[in-house]
Amino acid sequence: MQTDVMDREFVHSGHVGCPGCGATIAMRFVLKALGEKTMMVLPACCWSIIAGSYPQSALKIPVIHAAFETGGATATGVRAALDMLGDTETTVLTWAGDGGTFDIGFQALSGAVERNENFIYACYDNEAYMNTGIQRSSSTPYGAWTTTTTGRDWKKLRKKNIVEVLVAHRIPYAATASIAYPEDLLRKAQKAKNMKGSRFLHIYASCPTGWRIPSEMSVKIARMAVQTNIFPLYEVEDGLRYTINYKPREYLVREYFRLQGRFKHLTDQDLDQIQQMVNEDWELLLRKAGERA
Amino acid sequence: MKRVLEGSHAVAEAVRLAKVQVISAYPITPQTHIVEILSEYCTKGLMNARFLRVESEHSCMAALIGAQTAGVRTFTATSGQGLALMHELLHWASGARLPIVMAEVNRALAPGWNIWVDQTDSLAQRDTGWIQMYCEDGQEVLDSTLQAFYLAESVNLPVMVVLDAFYLSHTYEPVDVPGQEAVDRFLPPYVPKFQLDTAHPCGFGPLVAPGDYMEMRYHIAMAMDDALIRFGEIEDAFAAQFNRRYGPVEAIECEDAEIIFVTTGTLTSTCRLALQDLRAKGEKAGILKIKLLRPFPYERIREELKGAKKVAVIDRNFSFGAGGIFAQEVRAALCNTPDHPPVFGFIAGIGGRDVTPEMLTEIYRQTKNSDAPQKESVWMGLHEVKYAD
Ligand SMILES: Cc1ncc(C[n+]2csc(CCOP(=O)(O)OP(=O)(O)O)c2C)c(N)n1
Ligand code: SF4
Ligand SMILES: [Mg+2]
Repeated sequence: MQTDVMDREFVHSGHVGCPGCGATIAMRFVLKALGEKTMMVLPACCWSIIAGSYPQSALKIPVIHAAFETGGATATGVRAALDMLGDTETTVLTWAGDGGTFDIGFQALSGAVERNENFIYACYDNEAYMNTGIQRSSSTPYGAWTTTTTGRDWKKLRKKNIVEVLVAHRIPYAATASIAYPEDLLRKAQKAKNMKGSRFLHIYASCPTGWRIPSEMSVKIARMAVQTNIFPLYEVEDGLRYTINYKPREYLVREYFRLQGRFKHLTDQDLDQIQQMVNEDWELLLRKAGERA
Repeated sequence: MKRVLEGSHAVAEAVRLAKVQVISAYPITPQTHIVEILSEYCTKGLMNARFLRVESEHSCMAALIGAQTAGVRTFTATSGQGLALMHELLHWASGARLPIVMAEVNRALAPGWNIWVDQTDSLAQRDTGWIQMYCEDGQEVLDSTLQAFYLAESVNLPVMVVLDAFYLSHTYEPVDVPGQEAVDRFLPPYVPKFQLDTAHPCGFGPLVAPGDYMEMRYHIAMAMDDALIRFGEIEDAFAAQFNRRYGPVEAIECEDAEIIFVTTGTLTSTCRLALQDLRAKGEKAGILKIKLLRPFPYERIREELKGAKKVAVIDRNFSFGAGGIFAQEVRAALCNTPDHPPVFGFIAGIGGRDVTPEMLTEIYRQTKNSDAPQKESVWMGLHEVKYAD
């Protein structure tokens, strides 16, 4: 790992993220990789708050706060203006939550990627609408409690696979990353920075508040998500070339689920079913990566 | 140079001459002719601008918000449903103090699908913090679009140049298209008052608590007031260069008029014809054409209407449960002045229905023959309407 990259810091210590907030860790690493020549488009999400209220800012780069559903579109405009002004050096980064990416901002993201707009779109995924109080999104995983999937109505639908949707756009670069694997995250953000066209980073970002976990478990849970194949680390170039970055030994999903309050209602039978789903998705990924016939 | 142009092309010529740097658009009839020609100008290098072919009007306005914040002059055009879809971001553009300019072709809102003229789309955006200018003919469209950039940039508020569907957007008229040097003498290059800058990192539009938000809104209110003064100054500068001026309102034969029509848009031209006829018959009629809806020129309106015995406002729009929107605005302007004339509200030409000189003469006759308005608004030219129980 390059130490100069690790040493630089673009998040002030006075931010207002919850203790153990994965979204804040994710931001720190991505900005370390991208550096000061970065402009951020920030649609509504937890980070709209974490970034600080007027007249303060927790970030040392320029930020344009944007309407919830406009991450792809606002960045399109910023990039166009920079090009017109002859600034090709600055990286335009959209930083959005899963709700702003998978749901309400999906059209603008799809439009921007279809046009192959020259920007990085980073989605930090905490698997629900956290800003507004833990409501379900299409990124909320099968089995989860949220404030809109309570009691018997825990979410019984799969999480949308956003990377595969973007891969279907033949996006030049799409990668998953995790706050528990900072070298991998830094490398991917730097790789994205050095490419042109649309680039997408899907970053697993634990949320102690919304997931009902102790704040010191944030990174551990994130690591387990990768080790259990619930959130595999991989990257796809030009929508074709898959590389799986981490191959776990067989870990069972059970422990990951048992550690989180949002899953505490699940029975052993439910967990067996979830294990099957995870295995199925992993097999599919191996096949796409050419590692299974 | 005089050229025979569609209203749409008059907009496009002004945008070319204003040297806009980023254009973003999504197609909707009857706005398409404006953006097709601009797209072609960009392709052919007649304009040095980026044309963003976005996937919706919502993204269109978002892209302009991004571009303008990054420091360039921007433009879009839309109509009807497209404007309605932009609503959230219209507030955003003014709240962020971005001088975006938009041409808005008045189109009726669905359902049922109707592509013809109706002002309800733009009037429904009355409270979004955009300056709104209503135009009567192709020349006014071109001139107002050029002025719009100057005005927007001098007060840091967005401007909507509004033109009637088809009657103006698709009608060919002789239009004087100025040369580039003359326009450059009138319109200075865009110098942003603030912009995204990695050397001076700032957060634009963060969380604002009640302790600051109200003052920010008050700044916008002051900028709107200022816009009325700036509008006059910019018209002076424009007149010095091009010898044309429109005013926030235009009073036509109002000095001795007893009954004054209040009109907007192309309907004004029809009313000019009806006025000639009425005057020839010795009737003391006049017209007050309103160009500026926001900021609303209250004082000029009070001044021009104070001598009238009656006022007849013609609205090609409707606010359900309230009435014609210009009539409401005019009533609001007059209500605190003593002995103001009664305001008669007429609804005409909804959804592209033709408004004829005869209909306007009939409005005059009805206004003359009633002592006071019987209801908030009278719908003109209605077929017999049967109500289902
Ligand atoms: C048009 C619109 N609808 C709803 C909201 C309210 N809202 C703000 S942030 C948010 C949830 C964001 O969820 P996500 O993108 O996952 O980010 P997170 O808060 O989880 O970090 C919602 C629903 C809004 N700002 N704008
Ligand atoms: S709610 Fe979750 S994502 Fe939001 S600041 Fe707290 S820990 Fe971070
Ligand atoms: Mg979320």
